[in-house]
Amino acid sequence: MTTLHAFLAFTRSSGRLVLRGDVLYWSWIGLLLLLIASGLAAYVDQLRVGLSLTAMRDPVSWAFYIGNFTFMVGVAAAAVVLVIPAYVYDWKPIREVVIIGELLAVSAILICLLFVMVDLGRPERFWHLIPGVGLLNFPRSVMAWDVIVLNLYLLINLVVVTHVVFSAFRGRHYSLRLVYPLVLLSIPMAIAIHTVTAFLYSGMASRPYWNASILAPQFLASAFSSGPAILLVVLQLLRRFTDFEIKDEAIGKIAELMAYAIFLNLFFHGAEVFKEYYSNTEHSLYTRYWFEGIGTHTTLVPYAWTAVGLQLLALVLFIVPAARRNSVTLNVGAVATYAGGYIEKGMGLIIPGFTPDTLGEIYEYSPTMHELRVAAGVFAIGFLVFTFLLRVAVPILLGQVRLAGTGTQALE
Amino acid sequence: MATPRTAHDVDDHPTSLTRRSFTTCAAAAAAGWILTACGPKRLYDVSRERLRELVGDVEREYSATYGKDVTVSAAGPQPGVLFGYALDISRCTGCRRCVYACVEENNQSRDPQVHWIRVLQMDKEHGVDFAHADQYYEPAQVPEEGKFYVPVSCQQCRDAPCTKVCPTGATWAEKDGIVVIDYDWCIGCRCCMSACPYGARHFNWKAPSVAATDVNPHMHYLGNRPRPKGVVEKCTFCIQRVREGRYPACVEVCPVGARKFGNLLDPDSEIRYIIEHERVMVLKEELNTMPKFFYFYGT
Ligand code: SF4
Ligand code: SF4
Repeated sequence: MTTLHAFLAFTRSSGRLVLRGDVLYWSWIGLLLLLIASGLAAYVDQLRVGLSLTAMRDPVSWAFYIGNFTFMVGVAAAAVVLVIPAYVYDWKPIREVVIIGELLAVSAILICLLFVMVDLGRPERFWHLIPGVGLLNFPRSVMAWDVIVLNLYLLINLVVVTHVVFSAFRGRHYSLRLVYPLVLLSIPMAIAIHTVTAFLYSGMASRPYWNASILAPQFLASAFSSGPAILLVVLQLLRRFTDFEIKDEAIGKIAELMAYAIFLNLFFHGAEVFKEYYSNTEHSLYTRYWFEGIGTHTTLVPYAWTAVGLQLLALVLFIVPAARRNSVTLNVGAVATYAGGYIEKGMGLIIPGFTPDTLGEIYEYSPTMHELRVAAGVFAIGFLVFTFLLRVAVPILLGQVRLAGTGTQALE
Repeated sequence: MATPRTAHDVDDHPTSLTRRSFTTCAAAAAAGWILTACGPKRLYDVSRERLRELVGDVEREYSATYGKDVTVSAAGPQPGVLFGYALDISRCTGCRRCVYACVEENNQSRDPQVHWIRVLQMDKEHGVDFAHADQYYEPAQVPEEGKFYVPVSCQQCRDAPCTKVCPTGATWAEKDGIVVIDYDWCIGCRCCMSACPYGARHFNWKAPSVAATDVNPHMHYLGNRPRPKGVVEKCTFCIQRVREGRYPACVEVCPVGARKFGNLLDPDSEIRYIIEHERVMVLKEELNTMPKFFYFYGT
């Protein structure tokens, strides 16, 4: 059978796998579809009326959408935490779960791109960014770099996972000559996507809150804690609901790596906070706005302390080996890491950067219902894609579904 | 495109199309042709003829929309001209007439309100200090005791962070120093707003509205023509006026003569006299944006 035929069969099987499921599966899909519908309706309104439906205004011209984008770039980059030990040190137990990390990266990048899309004032003009037909301001604009690395990273991961899963479907071993260099390349790429995104902010001298060289390392540290936090939960779910074998060792290793990342993240934040408060220049206004508010303007303060609290909790739970090994405290810690990182990026990075604005105006931003609906819709699309990817990849990788004539339990 | 375009090579626009189409591979050219045929194209990438056509189209469109004769100029920069602005802080009374003259001249949206000029009230005690600035002051009479006023609009930076960050090259500096935006090319990503240290860029969060009776029919393609929703706009030194040798509207309207304008390359101009003889300063000089908007204390 030719490759083309095999690929068509692969697509058909994938479609069938996605459409097969129990009540739990369909309730999950139903929930996601509801969120997507609500997000879509909100987005259509936004297209009609404009971004005035959000709480963004001239003083705070980027906010929740771009905060989410930044956070998800981190999640996508975090796949590297698993790729490094798996391929560089050839550490077996983690190797099997790398593919899950890559599927997660694909879905996360999709979410990122959607968040940028919903934030554009003229989304129908996105093709202006395509070199050749449009005009990509490369290399001057860091945004242009971001567009390039994000799309490359997406492409690399897509190629690797498609190739690995498709090979398994045909009952063959994936080609090491293709996968190995690509996976190696994906390591610097993962670091690059988050570094370039950090440079997007730290390169702006007009915003002292971002204009710090510590921003890129801080981004990586927070990404390497919140990204694997999702994976930890996903892996345990996979272990429960499928025959996918995930060793305790793998989970333990991820948790151990996370402990370093959480600590580093808090340390970098501490370094920044020390600089701001001890030197006490005008530039500390932004940090003050985040942690204590300015005068009566205190909208963000509860977010700030929730994030700090969650991350401290996570640190304790991950640093104590017994807590890390206990599945309950481990999961509490994972959720705390994720939520803490999400608040820190979603609200704490972008908005204080703009408050007060460059002319000293204080505009208090807090997301509208509209923004929450659109954001939930975007996340739901990402989760839906991730669910479908797992739905297809897991049984094929387990050898439960194969191309007719190549395996035992052929679906054809 | 094979060659990255920067603010510098944008300037030689009318000829660049021919040069570029040779260097562009056939496929990209074909795709580009299809897209341009059905959509707008960045203004300065099109030939002079196409530009005239485009301008004619928008003239007709605006004339029909507003029921009056609208002229849209596409006048380019004059050789040997680099515009500069100076403002005498010691004279400014904070009356904000410039703000409203600018709104009328440049067809800024009345609802929602967009103001390209913002007048900041500051305490004499603090000096020029944005952290304590107030742009929403409302006393019965200006100037207020113990206060002074700093009007801020686009500083027309020589090294403009806003043009550097724009991912599509929708904003750039013209040869005569005016930083412009092509409203038909801007994708509304607002990178430039984050990068501008002077809050000079304004986004159209919803469709701007100007009543037909209020529309200033004397327009420039890169200046005061009505903007669509979802794009960024800013002060252009009244490009529609200054390229015809007139003063910007804010200079004309200022009742105390605090505002000065002219050609920085002309050694006999008033602006050069001010720079050479007054104590001039620029805002946020530490950011190295090199504004062409100078402040001075004349008295
Ligand atoms: S003041 Fe702002 S908008 Fe004007 S040129 Fe400078 S950076 Fe650009
Ligand atoms: S909003 Fe428009 S002008 Fe500003 S950076 Fe984006 S595309 Fe460029």
